[in-house]
Amino acid sequence: MSTVAQTILAEVGYYEPWWIQILKAVVIFMVFLSVLPIVIVVERKLLGRFQHRYGPNRVGPFGLMQPLAEILKFATKEPMQPKTASGFLFGFAPVISIVTAVAAVAVVPFSNTVDIFGTQVGLYGIDSDIGILYAFAFGAIAFYGLMLGGWASGSKYSFLGAMRSAAQLISYEVSQGLALVGVIMTAQTLSLTEIVTAQEGLWFVIPQFVGFLIFLVAGFAETNRAPFDLPEADAELVQGYMTEYSGTRMVAFLFAEYLNLLIVCAMVTTIFLGGWLLPFGIDPPTWVDPLVVLTKIAVLVFFFIWVRATLPRLRYDQLMSFGWKILLPLATLNALVTAILLVVL
Amino acid sequence: MTPYEPGPDDVSVMPRPKPGAARGTYRTFGETLRGLKTTMARYIEGPKTIQYPEEKVPVYPRFRGRHKLHRFEDTGLEKCVGCSLCAAACPADCIRVVAAENTPDNRVSAGERYAAVYEINLSRCIFCGYCETACPFDAITMGHDYEMSDYNRSDLIFTKEMLLAEPIERAPLRSDGE
Repeated sequence: MSTVAQTILAEVGYYEPWWIQILKAVVIFMVFLSVLPIVIVVERKLLGRFQHRYGPNRVGPFGLMQPLAEILKFATKEPMQPKTASGFLFGFAPVISIVTAVAAVAVVPFSNTVDIFGTQVGLYGIDSDIGILYAFAFGAIAFYGLMLGGWASGSKYSFLGAMRSAAQLISYEVSQGLALVGVIMTAQTLSLTEIVTAQEGLWFVIPQFVGFLIFLVAGFAETNRAPFDLPEADAELVQGYMTEYSGTRMVAFLFAEYLNLLIVCAMVTTIFLGGWLLPFGIDPPTWVDPLVVLTKIAVLVFFFIWVRATLPRLRYDQLMSFGWKILLPLATLNALVTAILLVVL
Repeated sequence: MTPYEPGPDDVSVMPRPKPGAARGTYRTFGETLRGLKTTMARYIEGPKTIQYPEEKVPVYPRFRGRHKLHRFEDTGLEKCVGCSLCAAACPADCIRVVAAENTPDNRVSAGERYAAVYEINLSRCIFCGYCETACPFDAITMGHDYEMSDYNRSDLIFTKEMLLAEPIERAPLRSDGE
């Protein structure tokens, strides 16, 4: 390895042997991939419960095999492509969605560096100095999947969905970024693991409550979930950017969507809810840490589903005015007040 | 003139705040929390679904389901005397009765005649219960069976033997006061 490469690798904290890197990647991917179908079936079951229904309960015990049945169904469908679609981009859009979603998983920290059989292993894909920026960069690129998919379909519904997702992206991303500025200033770092360790004693959700709320609301927009599911809008746009997709390509979009849900929940957990830390100074053994993170993610996923069952979809102009007139000033104020307090105190 | 006194039926209406204003935002936030409370209450109440094929809604005692023909319990003779009053009363014209004379060595019903053919075309029946009302001998009554779907229309023409047979009581009966 050349010295330049070594310097760069040292910069991003590559102190682990290569095989641990690969092992970690596989394990983290496996965890997220096995949580995904659970989220899908739990969402549908919870939505049912919120509406006095049972939700899917026919396939397998308690309907737990429902995602398997659905995957089988989708996989046997014909991958249709409209005549008006522009070929390469039409097939490439779901790939963008999936790759960006999977890439963002890499920075989710499950625990700090632990000692496994004498080897120092960080329980995260990568602890980058720019972890937050990395996650949000991929979150932003993920929208290209939606936009290109909608545009390349050559269909009006898809195009409207794509336009909406573009408008939504710029409306919430600014506030989302600004909401984090407070946290970044308080923690004095962009690395996600260091942000978690900075929350020792007091989670950022308490001093940065406004930032937390803004980030959560923007999270709903980022995952395209109710009440901000404008790009999909099944009622008006027949699934929006996904209209022309079928079979496994649609599964790719759905997969990315649920993965994004998990990632946003993981980000909120990491940044505001203290990651693997427990309140009141409880310090469990290290092997509990990933379970703590997963539990917090599960609680947030429940909250996301709960909100989806509650709130109707915002109108297009309502989202715009909400994003620009309320979220953005609030986020700016939050950053400003935090900055002043940090200097004064 | 006396000032207006709001009665118990009057509903106080809060004026809608200007959209986007601070108060509107605050109220929206409050309403959001109220909505979340509502859905959570629904969650806690639990599902109201009746898992149909496994679980059935009990029918009321006077529920008009599939017809039944009756026999006398002591003699075993059919109650139907083939008078065709049910067929005459049927607004859907789905009952066909062909009567025949009882003979001493072939005694089917208690009366002079009996129904040699008694068919109800259930694909036409509207379950109005007029046949039950018209029958002078209570020979035909409406049962509680409502699961009658079949693959062929011809299978829905129920013959006398099928109507006389003890029906499989698939529907649970609702008890009094339920």
